[in-house]
Amino acid sequence: MSETAIHAQGLSKRYRVGERERYLALRDLITRTIAAPFRVASRRQTNVLWALRELSFEIKQGEVVGLIGRNGAGKSTLLKVLSRITKPTSGWVEVHGRVGSLLEVGTGFHPELTGRENVYLSGAVLGMKRAEIDRKFDEIVAFAEVERFLDSQLKHFSTGMQMRLAFAVAAHLEPEILLVDEVLAVGDLEFQKKCLGKMSEVSKGGRTIVFVSHQMSQIRRLCERVIWIDDGGIRQDGATLDVVSAYETAFTQIPTESGNGQTPPRGIYFQKWELLDEEYEPRNVLRHLGPVCFRLVLRMSETFSKGLYAIQLVDDNGQMIWHGNFSLSITEPGTFEFIHRLPTIPIKPGSYRWKAAVYDGHRWSDVWWGVPDLIIGTTPMTNTADEFQGLLNLPCELEVKRLRDSAEPDRQQVTQNDSV
Amino acid sequence: MSSAATTADSDIPKKPHVLLISPPSRWWVVPFGELWDFRELLYFFVWRDIKVRYKQTAIGIAWAVLQPLLTMIVFSLFFGRLAHIPSGGLPYPVFYYSALLPWLYFATSLQNATNAIVENQRMVTKVYFPRLTLPLSSVLSGLVDFGVSFVMFIVMMIYYGIRPHAAIVWLPGFLLLAMLTAFGVGLWLSALNAIYRDVKYVVPFLVQFWMFASPVAYPSSLVPGKWRSLYGLNPMAGVIEGFRWSLAGSGQPPGHMLVFSSLAVVVILMGGLAYFQKMESTIADVV
Repeated sequence: MSETAIHAQGLSKRYRVGERERYLALRDLITRTIAAPFRVASRRQTNVLWALRELSFEIKQGEVVGLIGRNGAGKSTLLKVLSRITKPTSGWVEVHGRVGSLLEVGTGFHPELTGRENVYLSGAVLGMKRAEIDRKFDEIVAFAEVERFLDSQLKHFSTGMQMRLAFAVAAHLEPEILLVDEVLAVGDLEFQKKCLGKMSEVSKGGRTIVFVSHQMSQIRRLCERVIWIDDGGIRQDGATLDVVSAYETAFTQIPTESGNGQTPPRGIYFQKWELLDEEYEPRNVLRHLGPVCFRLVLRMSETFSKGLYAIQLVDDNGQMIWHGNFSLSITEPGTFEFIHRLPTIPIKPGSYRWKAAVYDGHRWSDVWWGVPDLIIGTTPMTNTADEFQGLLNLPCELEVKRLRDSAEPDRQQVTQNDSV
Repeated sequence: MSSAATTADSDIPKKPHVLLISPPSRWWVVPFGELWDFRELLYFFVWRDIKVRYKQTAIGIAWAVLQPLLTMIVFSLFFGRLAHIPSGGLPYPVFYYSALLPWLYFATSLQNATNAIVENQRMVTKVYFPRLTLPLSSVLSGLVDFGVSFVMFIVMMIYYGIRPHAAIVWLPGFLLLAMLTAFGVGLWLSALNAIYRDVKYVVPFLVQFWMFASPVAYPSSLVPGKWRSLYGLNPMAGVIEGFRWSLAGSGQPPGHMLVFSSLAVVVILMGGLAYFQKMESTIADVV
């Protein structure tokens, strides 16, 4: 039984649109004040934006929760309310424990100060005690890899170095509850990897983390629970696998009918695809590493004798993962289903696309990007290096055995004991 | 926590070790306890302000002496030599410098405090800390400049052979009054400046007018007696007369003028704290 870390009830936040974006000039205030008595209730209703509407949720201690949603859905506003930067309009949140928030990399940095001075300043701004910074100073500097530049002014640092130093300070915060906005998107790949590693290390230390990201791979890696915020409210709250799959599906499942908008040149028309061996909706989410069977429906108004059918699986970066080539002959026009059977699709969780095409002997007749995307939702491996290394999700078991040297039979007893 | 219990407003849970985030209340409480928790941050802000102030200047902290010194020379020449303003028997340099000490401290602190929120806008919108620390650090960091320019005053005292007398023990009290005035007005202006950038342009004029409403360039004895109490409502009038009296022994102890000045400071400070607290909850949304 775990304790509550954050408990929100009916949390709402209202912004007056306009006031947030532009500066109020005194002139406006004066005209408004003069006009105020003549305008009674009309103003309240009009230009109001609810950034959060009646949010209620509870987060347990030690949970790592991801917040996802489109831009402007209210994720950052929620983090701002949780970190006390702004107050809610109604509702309340109860926070149990020390909160550290990391809504930006480099909060409190001053370009005129040296690297060393900035570590202290930023650390203090983020809520560290001076003694705590003293203690962790060497570790922070080593993490950022800026030892040589410590005593030069921050403005002479490269952007990358500034980022590294900033994140290094933040990564050494040790609050009981850590709120992180999308800050991992900065820095080079190598450094991102280091940061992710540090974050999962932190979460394993039993601390509560609330984490905003648009990168579903990061969310999958770090979070066990995801809250999907849409239009200021909670659209879905549950296990990472379910929520992320639903989220990814919602943005890809627009057309179920064929493809590229043009009239197919020779009457070949891809219509839809779906997984066959899944009994639950949606039909484009794969949740296991076992045999996969999927069906693709296409309509043909012409015949082929020596055609070619090709299907590819492409990842988010456009990298082709798999390619299949089949000869095809259609003797009479009609609607067909192509059933594909694969022993497994052992790739890492994420969003992938099918690319299907038919070659009629002269040219490619129709090239179709299979929408909706295939969402792989199988559990990722627990190794933190997965994210950056390799394409495959292969469950691998390791057994370590010590080989016995037959020339030394006397040692047999000893080796049995320490070879676990 | 049962959901039935949380529907009524009065059932908002209150536990000592738990932080409750709720809509801004109508009542304001100065979060002294919280300020104490964040004292290290306040220290770092002051330290940063001091470090950064004269960065990339050729003569650095010498500016803290040059500013009052040059102003003193100009005042001595024009108000003293040319206009023959009475100085109560003091040499003009001492007469003006002893007034410029608190005045320049007040003026720069006020200007820095006004910009404190806006200049730290990025921080204010990205991390929580008691916002009071920002104007407070502006007022505190000005003390270093004050200290440096005070050393110059000691040199002048020695040069003119003026001995300090017992009244000097009141000096910290007058300095405190100047701090509180700068802080109180700074609270108003920094919160207003966060919403209305006009404030930034108003402040230089405000400071200029305020200087002429204070006995910097002239002694307050020039003010007719019946207006003296009203004049004392300007806290800086009491402060500056107090400085002259306690440092150089000129004029009368600013007795009942000081009572009015202190009252005015209390009102400005309470009002400033209340207004600042009210704005604090939404300052990150509007700044």
